[in-house]
Amino acid sequence: MLFESKNIEYKHPGQQKLIFPDISLEAGESLLVLGKSGSGKTTLLNLLAGLLNPETGEIKLLGKNLASLKGQELDLFRGKEIGIVFQKPHLLAALNVQENLQMAHFFGKKKGQNIKDLLGELGLATKAKSSVLTLSEGEAQRVSIARALANSPKLILADEPTSSLDDENTEKVINLLKTQAAKIGAALIIVTHDQRVKAHIPNFVEVKAA
Amino acid sequence: MNLFKLSWKYLTFRPLSTGLNVFLLALGLAIITVLLLIQDQFEKKMNQDAAGIDLVVGAKGSPLQLILAGVYHIDFPTGNIPMEEAQKLSRNRLVKNIIPMALGDNYLGFRIVGTNHDYPALYEAQLHSGVLWAKPFEVVLGAEVAEKAGYSVGDEFVGSHGISVGSHEHDANKFKVVGVLNRKGNVLDRLILTSVESIWYTHDEGSEVDVEDSTANHQEHQQMSLSDSVAVKGFPKTSESRDLTTLLIQYRNPMAAIQLPRLINSGTSMQAASPSFEMSRLFELLGVGITLLQGLAVVIIGISGLGIFIALFNSLKERKYDLAILRAIGASRAQLLLLIFLEGIMLTFMGAILGILLGHSFLSVIISQNEQGVVASLQPWVFLKQELWIVVYALVVGVLASVIPAFAAYQTSIAKQLTKA
Repeated sequence: MLFESKNIEYKHPGQQKLIFPDISLEAGESLLVLGKSGSGKTTLLNLLAGLLNPETGEIKLLGKNLASLKGQELDLFRGKEIGIVFQKPHLLAALNVQENLQMAHFFGKKKGQNIKDLLGELGLATKAKSSVLTLSEGEAQRVSIARALANSPKLILADEPTSSLDDENTEKVINLLKTQAAKIGAALIIVTHDQRVKAHIPNFVEVKAA
Repeated sequence: MNLFKLSWKYLTFRPLSTGLNVFLLALGLAIITVLLLIQDQFEKKMNQDAAGIDLVVGAKGSPLQLILAGVYHIDFPTGNIPMEEAQKLSRNRLVKNIIPMALGDNYLGFRIVGTNHDYPALYEAQLHSGVLWAKPFEVVLGAEVAEKAGYSVGDEFVGSHGISVGSHEHDANKFKVVGVLNRKGNVLDRLILTSVESIWYTHDEGSEVDVEDSTANHQEHQQMSLSDSVAVKGFPKTSESRDLTTLLIQYRNPMAAIQLPRLINSGTSMQAASPSFEMSRLFELLGVGITLLQGLAVVIIGISGLGIFIALFNSLKERKYDLAILRAIGASRAQLLLLIFLEGIMLTFMGAILGILLGHSFLSVIISQNEQGVVASLQPWVFLKQELWIVVYALVVGVLASVIPAFAAYQTSIAKQLTKA
């Protein structure tokens, strides 16, 4: 099993305890996490990425328990093995497209994928030297996907990656995520409430507020 | 890509804010640089020019003025002293060497000093070309005088009365350049040296021409004096009663330092002043001004430190997302801490370099504005070891200004930042 999560519970201060369904994925498999807004979808994603620590339960990637990694180890493991696509692109405005991707290599301490080729596959070859401020929303989201893929991670997490995109770009982005995940042999988890995504990925779990 | 490059990208992403902070810091550091340079070179110069001179004797008046006029040639002389009294002093057993000086004329604002060969010897001056003076109206130019006036050996010029530019000219006698001194960066560079006799005759001729108005007589007199040779050691020989302006004295033994000044000040119509004592008094007076300027510089540096702090802190607010993203792609807390520190340090390092260059440029502007004063002989592009301390101070400011922002970056919770959206 490439990725596994069991009996995860988390409690935001002053709120009800959240109990999440178990997830297990093999390489190349994809999964949707569905749920109403406020049900804790994003919290689950943060837990799976090791950005938050669960109160109980365990999350295993490549046989390693995230909870057993501390501080810098966890940061580095995340940089190497987990690629995260956020709801908004959140590119570093001071850098150009290519440099944004280089940062992933630098902090992940990993050569990963060739940036030029990657940008080419995502249809961004001509934008390598452009300032990220000149990109359209769709382009920016694709750059943020490229950044998540740059280190050839084993787990790709996407948080509502299509919420601000039109139908055409949504299809592009989902196909990109699927084909890239299959190509590098990664498990793909997409958190969404977007109906358009369901058509592409049949496999899903639902998060419900208890 | 590395942390250095990332910090640099962030700095150049906000050129206005970065530029302003660098400039403000540079301004404060420039003041400190100028003060350092002036203080260091002034003291060195003052000590160098006064080296070997234990006591200056001249007419009664302000002792500081006597030193400034007699040793540094920047103030007006206090007046004249009779030569007999000076000669009496030279026979004192406490006096090792005594150099007579007659002042009172200038050429283009450079002072003409009547003295003997002991004076250039005191500074171990070497001739660049020609020889030292041997006859009346023969002069030796300091390096800077020769350069500014464009004269070399064989040229002739007319001196003017008084020690500043614009007085009437002694057109009756022409000074003849027989030698030019090597540049040594001391007071001699700005002086025109000649014999005491030349100074006397210049003023004799002036009055005689005025009174007698006889060309023939005047010619005769001049030719007569020109054929004489002048005293190259000790006092000039003369049958008339003549005046001198100042005497530079070297002590024979330490006892002289106690006895001689008292002897001269109470026993004669002259006064004695010690260069080292008067200069330390002067520096004490100037010290207040220097302290004030230093205080101002420290305040400016403090303000710029605060400016850097505010700039980093504000940019941090906008950048919390960026920092969270960096953590999400594998950066550790320590790397973010370093990133912010690097920004502060790079900012202040640039400020330090700019400040030092600015300080040196300020000084060279000041020097180019003052062609003749003591300031003119300062070197604007000499770099001191203390300037490295300026860089260190600046970096300390940078580190202090980044402590709070860096700590805030260290504590940023990624999940909270990213889900705020």
